[in-house]
Amino acid sequence: MMIERSLRILTVLSCVAGASSAQMTDKVIKIGVLNDQSGLYADLSGQGSVVAAKMAVEDFGGKVDGTPIEVVFADHQNKPDVGSNIARQWLDVDKVDVIVDVPHSATALAVNDVVKEKNKVFLVSGAASSDLTGKACSPNTVHWTYDTWSLANGTGKYTVKAGGDTWFFLTADYAFGAALERDTTAVIKANGGKVLGSVKHPLNTSDFSSFLLQAQSSKAKIIGLANAGGDTINSIKAASEFGIVKGGQKLAGLLVFINDVHALGLPTAQGLNLTESFYWDRDDKTRAWSKRFAERNKGHHPSMVQAGVYASVLHYLKAVQALKSDGDGKAVVAKMKALPSDDPLFGKGTIRKDGRKIHPMYLYEVKKPSESKKPWDYYRLIHEIPADEAFRPLSESECPLAKS
Amino acid sequence: MTTVFGIPVQAFLGQLLIGLINGSFYALLSLGLAIIFGLLNIVNFAHGAFYTTGAFVAWFLLQYAGISYWGALIISPLVVGALGMAIERTMLKRLYGLDPLYGLLLTFGLALIIQGLFLKQFGSSGEPYEIPDMFKGGVSLGFMFLPNYRAWVIGFSLILCLTTWYTIEKTRLGSYLRAATENPTLVQAFGINVPLLITLTYGMGVALAALAGVMAAPIYRVSPLMGSDMIIVVFAVVVIGGMGSIMGSIVTGFSLGIIEGLTKVFYPEASNVVIFVIMALVLLVKSAGLFGRAQ
Repeated sequence: MMIERSLRILTVLSCVAGASSAQMTDKVIKIGVLNDQSGLYADLSGQGSVVAAKMAVEDFGGKVDGTPIEVVFADHQNKPDVGSNIARQWLDVDKVDVIVDVPHSATALAVNDVVKEKNKVFLVSGAASSDLTGKACSPNTVHWTYDTWSLANGTGKYTVKAGGDTWFFLTADYAFGAALERDTTAVIKANGGKVLGSVKHPLNTSDFSSFLLQAQSSKAKIIGLANAGGDTINSIKAASEFGIVKGGQKLAGLLVFINDVHALGLPTAQGLNLTESFYWDRDDKTRAWSKRFAERNKGHHPSMVQAGVYASVLHYLKAVQALKSDGDGKAVVAKMKALPSDDPLFGKGTIRKDGRKIHPMYLYEVKKPSESKKPWDYYRLIHEIPADEAFRPLSESECPLAKS
Repeated sequence: MTTVFGIPVQAFLGQLLIGLINGSFYALLSLGLAIIFGLLNIVNFAHGAFYTTGAFVAWFLLQYAGISYWGALIISPLVVGALGMAIERTMLKRLYGLDPLYGLLLTFGLALIIQGLFLKQFGSSGEPYEIPDMFKGGVSLGFMFLPNYRAWVIGFSLILCLTTWYTIEKTRLGSYLRAATENPTLVQAFGINVPLLITLTYGMGVALAALAGVMAAPIYRVSPLMGSDMIIVVFAVVVIGGMGSIMGSIVTGFSLGIIEGLTKVFYPEASNVVIFVIMALVLLVKSAGLFGRAQ
């Protein structure tokens, strides 16, 4: 018997009351963090993203020209229908001005349409599909942290160049997995590699041994994991148990978050290559911010998704302040694109016409247990991918905005 | 090379074996559910949460007391079983004689609370639990590499299942139990403490779930969601096997593991629904389940 969890909207007021100014609609700037609060993506987004959004509001000063800023959040349960329902209620009834995060590509694509229809602002941090700035691009959307193209371009290209030229994919069976497999396949072929096969697994699978056995019999040199969160953790665990890596095949985790490495433990995760746009231990600024974040997030260090929520909210508030208005979503996003961004986590950057935020990406290797000197000391930098190479060139974009 | 349904026979054998491994978890969990439903008439929706708790107790023992897997295999079911008995004594007891729906709602609520507490404390990615040293590595069977730990899981759960079945169906204690369900007043009149018997039965069913949780910890990870991922499938197994039929749940558990494993080869996208398709078909044809008796 299936009892669906009832839709829960949890509302938390972070900054209340205060004087209001006439330019802002309904006397408050309301930021809605919409993500996975209870499922397999809850650790990499979840409450951590809410903490990050609140930190951005506090660091901005809590007000824009006297108008208070409020942060609310809800659980989209990784279901596009649930996500778009919440988005509609937020934008229509609850006076939310901007929706942030959404770490599930199918849900993000649904919310993308709703936000465009209502002319509000959508800051994507958690979702990966490069379609959000490709054929589904919107003048109301900014895709901040990373996307499937940049992951493929990082881990995929590097792996092929290091000799891993035959691939077999384990792909999460929804929009994100399909986009990641598609973008990685393009990179593999462009670099002279070959894809021998792929298997699509349902989201949130607990046992991957059967899929790994199929990957093993394909004799591909590289098993590409086009999945995320708990699915990636379970794939890597089963691969280590079934001796896949000892048998000579290598795993390429196309989207691995620091929380996944933490859950796997270094003995299992060591040696894995991965691409991220943010690592807490990169420089003094990221360390200082991450320390503050971890203190408010039960010691868990920030994922790049949570870092992206912070930075995108901060930049949004700057644009609203410059514009002195939050009513017209398209105008706010246009302002965000016009203003260069600068924050302690991603450094200086820009937002392109198609909504793509541009910054460097980093290729990391997971450290051996013996190399890890402190808690959460997990990554070694292999290669920095400069900002102008890290994302899909505008010339290849299917986005109509890119042509204008 | 010989092929079965278009795939090499060696790969086919490998998939069968993997199905059997997952089937052993289905069997162990559905066994506990079947006992509780068959003898107590409670639809125990908290079963998945007890499975999760079992795994977490094992993790706590290792983390804070240095007690290894083997210790956890004994201590965790005892601790969680005791918790189950406390819940039976203080809460479930009040619901006997009412519509089974009340028990379902209570246990479902408990499951959400337990899962929510773990989720709040540990987050959704969970904690790693190492495979015990003795079982590291594996053997090559020619057609596949079988990790030692998974071989242990199949063997141990088969023994557990058969022992439980024997205890309930063939021993004197089992006959008391079955009689107590059939006619509690009469059995009480013979001087048997029926409430105690019921509490112990619930405790045993819960302890089986915790044991499965400890066994699952090194394979998956210790995660707050491990129970809720499993419980719906396990309920389907119990329904297919026939609510309350003990042998039914064992046989169905293992065979559905195999069917699910094979689906992962032929039509992977459907691997998480195949069990429910079978459930629907079985209910259409034989509404009491494959091994159940119509009431």
